[in-house]
Amino acid sequence: MKFYRNHVLVGIDTSTLLSGAKGIEELLVREIHKRGLSSEIKVLETGSLGIVNRGVVLLIYPEGCYYVNVKSEDVSQIVEEHLLKGRVVKRLLLKEPLKEKISTTVLPESPLDVRRQYRVVLKNCGVIDPDKIDEYIASGGYKALEKALFQMNPEEVTTQVKKSGLLGRGGAGFPTGIKWEISAKENCKEKYVICNADEGEPGTFKDRVIMEGDPHGVIEGMLLAGYAIGADKGFIYIRGEYTLSIGRMEKAIEEARKYGLLGKNILETDFSFEIEMRKGAGAYICGEETALIESMEGKRGEPRNKPPYPGTYGLWGKPTVVNNVETLANIPSIINQGTDWFRSLGTKETPGTKVYTLLGHIMNQGVIEVETGITLRKVIFDFGGGMKDGKEFKSALVGGAAGCFLGKDMLDVKMDYANLKSYKAVLGSGAILVMDTSTCIIDILKCILNFFRYESCGKCSPCRIGTDKLYQLISEVSMGRGKKEYFKLMLELAQMMNNASFCPLGQSVLLPLSSAFKYFEDEIMEHIIKKRCPAGVCNK
Amino acid sequence: METSVNFGSQEVQEKILKKYPPRRDNLLYILHDLQDTNPQNYLTSVDVRAVSEYLKISPSQVEGVISFYTMFSRKPRGKYIIRFCDSPTCHLMKGTDVLEEVKKILKINPEETTNDGLFTLEMTSCLGACGVAPAMMINDEIYGNLTSLKAREIIETYQRREK
Repeated sequence: MKFYRNHVLVGIDTSTLLSGAKGIEELLVREIHKRGLSSEIKVLETGSLGIVNRGVVLLIYPEGCYYVNVKSEDVSQIVEEHLLKGRVVKRLLLKEPLKEKISTTVLPESPLDVRRQYRVVLKNCGVIDPDKIDEYIASGGYKALEKALFQMNPEEVTTQVKKSGLLGRGGAGFPTGIKWEISAKENCKEKYVICNADEGEPGTFKDRVIMEGDPHGVIEGMLLAGYAIGADKGFIYIRGEYTLSIGRMEKAIEEARKYGLLGKNILETDFSFEIEMRKGAGAYICGEETALIESMEGKRGEPRNKPPYPGTYGLWGKPTVVNNVETLANIPSIINQGTDWFRSLGTKETPGTKVYTLLGHIMNQGVIEVETGITLRKVIFDFGGGMKDGKEFKSALVGGAAGCFLGKDMLDVKMDYANLKSYKAVLGSGAILVMDTSTCIIDILKCILNFFRYESCGKCSPCRIGTDKLYQLISEVSMGRGKKEYFKLMLELAQMMNNASFCPLGQSVLLPLSSAFKYFEDEIMEHIIKKRCPAGVCNK
Repeated sequence: METSVNFGSQEVQEKILKKYPPRRDNLLYILHDLQDTNPQNYLTSVDVRAVSEYLKISPSQVEGVISFYTMFSRKPRGKYIIRFCDSPTCHLMKGTDVLEEVKKILKINPEETTNDGLFTLEMTSCLGACGVAPAMMINDEIYGNLTSLKAREIIETYQRREK
């Protein structure tokens, strides 16, 4: 292998692409070549570096320097000063505390190795070239598959996942090992593994970052799931809008096939496994596993009656395991490093890490992966760099539209599935939308209720009619035409939908609504009684 | 996609259908392909009939699927489909102001098509580009960190391309 004195990583994701990352990369290569440094310095494309909204982001090793907002006119200076003379270009450095606090990316040999434990799912994102299977293998990839195939039987794989205590990271937090066990026990020749990449929860894009940054991690997770439950076929159901993810996953599947890691008799064993991509056509409800299966069968994506659960009666009536992207990406590390290691991370009830997307009125918008159990305060003020423009924190919507508003009193509560549940809140998909005091709660609620109204599939009346009615009521309030009784009426309606709706979509409207009503009763009543919006947002 | 043959001809339809074995689970793919070959980005009654015959399912079942998914349309649409993100994140980052500007520039409301047949404006629940909110998508391209000015520039680039 060739030795390079410096590696320049160019982060490629939606945010940097918009800022012209590809052009900067080309310029860099040209400039390095011009100065005769091509044999000493390597320019690499990688996935998201975890820094969003800072233009083109470069990471230079071995120094570990992050350059942000890099423009084409900066390229020659970076090459001349940093790469040629070894002097850091200070004005382009990432200044926020972000770098100190989280290990955005740390190479294995770095002295900051201790901090690496934070990154399990994203460990390769921003470190390797996602389009090159060799780099994944060089960083320890497909080792877990080898270990499973040669040293473990399928039951042992399932047991290990079960013992690790891994909870599904799609939002519901169901134990992954138990899901696998149910399907593994089914005596059926045809079984399926489905990777749920229909990420549609507003505010969530963690799965996209994982697929764009480390597609092979997802494939290896699927292979292990297939081996454990005895399936020889897997599908990735992915959003039609995720063009870059689709491209990267397709490329990864093709390369894995070429290396004999997918297909017949993998690594010359009896285990065969094939993966196919399935594109969605735009429907939030298809993130629900039975609706997803219906959609894959070419039908309207309406949820099925449960039970039977997909574990016994899934795709084409066969036992099917449906796992979220982040869940699957955890599996290789669990097999490699064992359950004790995994359980040493995070909390007892939700071991491991969680990927959060930080959004809204916050300094550093972006993706972080941290151990579970971290408090909201830490997420916002340490990793997120605090509130934007020094404004005051009002609330955070955790878990997307189907999530829960958390007020100031919840800032120091440990976040994991079980603990938040005890406060009647949820962790959900891990989206954290931070709001400052300029936000009107009625305005955000209206937006959320409009979302549910739009995405309700119409199969059951509580949800179809309820979402519409709630939107009408909140619109009235926002226009200053609200009546006193609306407050109670809306809560009752949402509670009824929670009791009577067919699937989680209609059931989950209650949570954002009741949590907002709990924290901001005064603000809502001011809209209703005084016909006035304290934040000055409504009625504009 | 093949463009040498006229759209809507039986030839194109057959070509697309033959790409997939006649199984129900290929329905979404067939519909995606048929719609993509139509310069007006929609599915015609002829399409519906052909697909239902090919997959041996009733036309109403095909219609049911089309109406369920937001990416499919039974009405002619513009050459460029603008999908404007309406998620709470984009909303919080002042996406509504940008939307108003877009409506003003194009002189249409959501779900409508411009008179020149170039643009259709659609609202979408979340594009998963929340890190660069507010965001919109024009065909396969995502545009983020939108301001009214930026949105105008982007749309004008498309308009110039067509002149």
